[in-house]
Amino acid sequence: MSLPMFSPTDAPGPSFTDLLRRVGLDPFATVDSSGGPATFELRHGTTIVAIRYADGVVMAGDRRATAGSSIAHRTMEKVHAADRHSGVAIAGAAGPAMEMVKLFQLQLEHYEKVEGAQISLEGKANQLSQMVRSNLAMAMQGFVVVPLFAGFDTRRGVGRIYTYDPTGGRYEETDFHADGSGGRDARTTVKLGWRANLSREEAIELAVSALWQAADEDSATGGPDAVRGIYPTVATITAEGFARVDEQEVADRFAAVIVRVTPK
Amino acid sequence: MSMPFYVAPEQFMKDKADFARKNIARGRPLVATVYADGILICAENQSKSLHKVSEIYDRIAFAGVGRYNEFDSLRRAGVQHADVKGYQFSREDVEARSLANLYAQYMGNVFTHEVKPLEVEILVAEVGSDDGSDQMFHILYDGSIVDEDRFSVLGGEAEAIATRLKDSFEEGWTLDAALRAAAKALSGPDRAPVAADLEVAVLSRANGRRAFRRLDDERVSEALAG
Repeated sequence: MSLPMFSPTDAPGPSFTDLLRRVGLDPFATVDSSGGPATFELRHGTTIVAIRYADGVVMAGDRRATAGSSIAHRTMEKVHAADRHSGVAIAGAAGPAMEMVKLFQLQLEHYEKVEGAQISLEGKANQLSQMVRSNLAMAMQGFVVVPLFAGFDTRRGVGRIYTYDPTGGRYEETDFHADGSGGRDARTTVKLGWRANLSREEAIELAVSALWQAADEDSATGGPDAVRGIYPTVATITAEGFARVDEQEVADRFAAVIVRVTPK
Repeated sequence: MSMPFYVAPEQFMKDKADFARKNIARGRPLVATVYADGILICAENQSKSLHKVSEIYDRIAFAGVGRYNEFDSLRRAGVQHADVKGYQFSREDVEARSLANLYAQYMGNVFTHEVKPLEVEILVAEVGSDDGSDQMFHILYDGSIVDEDRFSVLGGEAEAIATRLKDSFEEGWTLDAALRAAAKALSGPDRAPVAADLEVAVLSRANGRRAFRRLDDERVSEALAG
């Protein structure tokens, strides 16, 4: 590898994806689509949730990946820190989704290092939108990636949530959102339990019960797995930054949900 | 028919080296030293936004003295190289040694082939997993590279500063002690160091994946007072 020196008039600037294109590693190089839609079973990730609460945003996602009707993976991570003050969760084709998360994380870090400043939260949301749009050719063949982006806007002091469609459309949600195959069930659960200024514990419990309900209705969403000790990923994003919720705390919340839904 | 003036290669190189050395010596100096948790970099810099010390990658920092636009473009190239390499291979595969070699190649090439050499000296530092495995590479305007394992001084009056720092250096000293000594070495015996004139950053093993942190004026004053 050589030292990438560019002249000031055609340097790629702080964009990591532009830099990759310049060095011949275009991450969204179009694939030959003459074969039509993919005929093999793709790995899919499923239910992801984001809920605004008093201190910021709670994000949660189940751990199951499916390929057709079989369970492909039991411990997939769908909720990731994008940088210090934001997180990204993914639903859709697992391969391109994980690559997109990796690129997005690198994009934010690269910008921060090159420019010596952080991108605004809206700027980050836009960057992700452009990545989803770049994936459109793949999406047409069935490799759809739908992220959910949330973060703490340090300039305004609030948590914010952004959702996407497969064309890169970006929509800001006011209070909460859920996506993926179990998204509808999760969304309904959150809708019934949401109110302004939830506490951290209430928000985590609401996210956990939304995942429980989604797993109850959707075969592609994994519930808590007490036998293997695998629990969904839950994270909070506040002024202090992105923090994973301890697995034991998530397990306790699920135990509370199970007590509540068990017929007396 | 006109004849170009003949200049002996020795003279030609010497002129270039004198030019670079003279301009680098005019700039404000910078000190880097290992301490208990990693590497401390302390630069004389009154600007709060035009940095001399920056993050390259998880465990690697960059520092430069001399002409700002030149070392800043080297810094950007370093970040770009490191991020692409980490993306293509693994984060673990990005290391200071290979980056320092690339810089040395580039700077040596400019010195030999371009009309004007780069008027900069740079430092590439990498914090290791334990003390004793920290690395510092000091690269000069002509591409010569020096590997240092205790401390390194870049810029004007480097020899005087290095002598002062050598006298106070202690193996495994604390951040505060290292910072005090570095600041004293930079300012010399005649004046007291002031936080506002210093740009200070560390690569610390205690910082998690991204080891680089800047220290603000308040923290620096606290250490200088201590």
